[in-house]
Amino acid sequence: MAAPNLVFAENSGPIRIGMLAAKTGPLASGGIDMDLALTMFLKERDYTIAGRKVEAIVADTTGAPATARSKAQELVEKNDVHCIIGPLAAFEALAVADYLSEKQIPTLGVAAAEDMTQRHPSPWFVRATSTSAQCAYPLAEYCARELKYRRMVTIADDFAYGHEMCAGFQRVFEDNGGKIIQKIFSPLATPDYGSYVAQVKNADAIFLGTAGANGSRFLRQFVEYGLKDKMAVVGGMTALDESVLRNMGDEALGILTTSWYSAELDNPLNKVFAAEFRKQFNYDPGYYAGGSYVSAEVLEGALKATRGNVEDKKALMAAIRGGNVETVRGIVKFDDLGSAIGDLYIRKVTRKDGRLVNSVIRTYPDVSQFWTYDRVEFLKNPVYSRDYPPAKNLEQ
Amino acid sequence: MQFWIIQGLNSLSLGGLLFLLASGFSLIFGLMRLANLTHGAFFMLGTYFGAVALRNFDGLNLWVTALGAGIAVAAIGGLFERLVLTRLKSNPLGQVLVTLGMAFIISDACLVLWGGDSIPVPTPQNLRAPTRFLGFVFPTYRLVLVGCAVATAVALYFLLERTRLGAMIRAGVDDSQMARAVGIPVSNLFTTVFCLGAGIAGAGGVLGGPVLSAYPGLDADMLPLALIVVILGGIGSLLGAFVGSFIIGFIYTFGTALFPELAYIILFLPMIFVIAFRPQGLFGRVGA
Amino acid sequence: MKWLAAILLAALLVLLPFCSGDFYINLASQILIAAIFALSLNLLVGYGGMTSLGHASYLGVAAYISALLTSRYGWGHGPAAVISLAGTTAMAACFGVIALRATGLGFLMITLALSQVLWGLAYRMSDVTNGDNGIAGLTRPMPFGISLNGPAAFYWFTLIVAITAFVMMAIFVSSSFGSTLKGVRDQPRRMAALGFNPWMIRWITFVYAGFWGGVSGLLYVYYNKYIHPASLSTTSSAEALLGVIAGGSGTLGGPMVGGALVLLLKNYASAYIERWNMLLGLIFLFIVLVMPTGIVPGLSKLLRRGWR
Repeated sequence: MAAPNLVFAENSGPIRIGMLAAKTGPLASGGIDMDLALTMFLKERDYTIAGRKVEAIVADTTGAPATARSKAQELVEKNDVHCIIGPLAAFEALAVADYLSEKQIPTLGVAAAEDMTQRHPSPWFVRATSTSAQCAYPLAEYCARELKYRRMVTIADDFAYGHEMCAGFQRVFEDNGGKIIQKIFSPLATPDYGSYVAQVKNADAIFLGTAGANGSRFLRQFVEYGLKDKMAVVGGMTALDESVLRNMGDEALGILTTSWYSAELDNPLNKVFAAEFRKQFNYDPGYYAGGSYVSAEVLEGALKATRGNVEDKKALMAAIRGGNVETVRGIVKFDDLGSAIGDLYIRKVTRKDGRLVNSVIRTYPDVSQFWTYDRVEFLKNPVYSRDYPPAKNLEQ
Repeated sequence: MQFWIIQGLNSLSLGGLLFLLASGFSLIFGLMRLANLTHGAFFMLGTYFGAVALRNFDGLNLWVTALGAGIAVAAIGGLFERLVLTRLKSNPLGQVLVTLGMAFIISDACLVLWGGDSIPVPTPQNLRAPTRFLGFVFPTYRLVLVGCAVATAVALYFLLERTRLGAMIRAGVDDSQMARAVGIPVSNLFTTVFCLGAGIAGAGGVLGGPVLSAYPGLDADMLPLALIVVILGGIGSLLGAFVGSFIIGFIYTFGTALFPELAYIILFLPMIFVIAFRPQGLFGRVGA
Repeated sequence: MKWLAAILLAALLVLLPFCSGDFYINLASQILIAAIFALSLNLLVGYGGMTSLGHASYLGVAAYISALLTSRYGWGHGPAAVISLAGTTAMAACFGVIALRATGLGFLMITLALSQVLWGLAYRMSDVTNGDNGIAGLTRPMPFGISLNGPAAFYWFTLIVAITAFVMMAIFVSSSFGSTLKGVRDQPRRMAALGFNPWMIRWITFVYAGFWGGVSGLLYVYYNKYIHPASLSTTSSAEALLGVIAGGSGTLGGPMVGGALVLLLKNYASAYIERWNMLLGLIFLFIVLVMPTGIVPGLSKLLRRGWR
């Protein structure tokens, strides 16, 4: 332990980690979970990483881009943070990206926006979770090849995250012989999904590319209109997240979703993490708690590599990007654009110990943000959107 | 064919839900000339009460919970009216500030008490099986919701047209100065009506719960809908609120299905037309 | 007496960057932008008697036009600013014609509806506006070749614009036109009987308020270097309206204080208190109960009483 202490002789202050999380507003559920996971992480380590004291400063972005930017400025200029975990929403991340790049603050984002690690990457940004479409790829392949679905409908929230996720799903599903016959995008704030459920055409299955609790709210109506008997349901990484599953009932049983995480993951780190989280907060960790915890683990790995030196930002960033860290989601490494390469999981909702969980049924190892596509070709295409790739099999 | 029938029924059920939301707002605005911007929060509070009560207590049924939530929200509304709103008689801007301020307080309180998750309100057991007719399937509860709206409308009609309280309310709406002059205790009436409006919102929140679920931001999603219904239907008119709710239900349901590109503006365009060309709304007696 | 205080305040404001860190200078810039926005809204609410819940339209449209012209079409900032303001003012003129067909709650609702239509368009027309990803990577102008990227430089630029805006609006309200506006606010029928045209007076005010809303929008997009449909949302308009009312709608200083209050609570106090939303609500309740006409009139009443 003598070597680390020598390094800190000059760096006497604590390591300050900033967190940009939406703790109020419609995204509050995710932001609160991010905060809880980070706090738990630090408490477990007695607020010490690589032999140096750590401080966390959590800023409430309220889910608004302008506030996210103000808070980023506050964290950097007033709190003098060395690195930032978050933000969780794409528009928040885009609002702060150029500022954090300019100030050279290593940022471990949770937001899934594709271009942050594709066409507009920043050397100061990594994302330990996944892009919007990254997790949809294996599920699309699974639906086409294993489940033999031929015709599917997609429904997602009408914003970039939903567009990107459905585009990715459509691409791989159709490349594997399937047809997306209908793409529905409902406004992010849709109180009543009745009219959307009634629009769903007859198909083999429906893919839910929703965020927050919208997936569960849509599913309830889907069941009530009798559609669950006619069509299978599959979902993306935030459709039936653990945070939503805890308020659901039997209607969710058997539904397959895909993500880079599940509270049921069998690796030693996660067994401890999930059990402890459940013990402290009475519910399973999901996308946001997992995202925050994994980011913290990645950061810890990098800090250990630099022996606690945060002042040399370039070295810290290189350590983060170069890391090959074991985390609760598995091993995480980054490509040179800052996007995580890691295992992705197909999960099925089952009941265990009286509660609903996402049991892992298949693992796709080492998936990158480009799936099996050639990276150069991929980046030549425009970013995924509502209309790209064009949906050629829509039925009237 | 299936599309039109199902969406038609969806429109009716959405209309019913909107009436439960907007009737209280219309009542309060009609009598007190107060745009109660806390109304969405009252509705959401009802939904949360319903969701949490039904989650934690097995034996409750939805209707009793709705009644209980209605009473609870009415009480909160009454306190608010007595302690704060009575002082703001001639201060319309102050009313805006205070009702929005109260909405912030209620919504933040819901976040603190019940967290950021969306909590579903279970549909009553005996209404869970969908109704099947002529090859169509439609959720039974939504049809019942229409029934609830009609029942509320009828009850309010009787209250306003056939009771003494109703007569006093109508007098107050038409001319509050004269009403005071003939001895009607207008300020007590105001409190009663505010409680009634808030109570209907609270109960409506529970009844709407199985369709909407309780989530942070429900208040901000519902308030503009209440405003649109009341503007369209006309201030101070119960019939206006009733008809307006169903018209908006139809426009929203068919609009989002047939013209998804217009989803965000489908409700505001008709409203702009109505206000621009008929500012008192369809059935309003007084100018907005 | 008042002028001395004003000059003192101006001096303090100018000297601010010399005595604080970057964070506070940036905060001050944000407060100034919010102040201009609130002042422009106050022309409608306080002096015109027209409560609008759609004022963010002007901020947002000016910001978007400037962002699109500079980033997508490579225009320089000068011409882009001129077109933004011209476009915003023209839009205010059109909106005014529609909105002024109603009064009171109807007016409120039309302004709300118009701003929601704009929000919906900004959100949905992602080919043009980039939808909910917003437009990032924007730059600040370089008036006379001076870079505004540093906090202090931007702050002084904003201060100059803010003082200009304040002076222009002060002249507006204390001019004879301003008096007719107040007359129309208080007694529209009498004013009409006296031969004034209330509609024209209101409409001119509406357009002028829209213009200054656009100015604050330009400063907003220069400061943030990012624009998103959320800036056009009802929440944005509501926050400004709340600031104006809380600060005191019938005065010039009130909206600035109120705007600063809302901004500080949202961006600053949230670092210290998690329940800042509830605090904001409680403060509003408190203000209305204790100082019903707003902070500034309430405080000046207290001071006057204390003077004696």
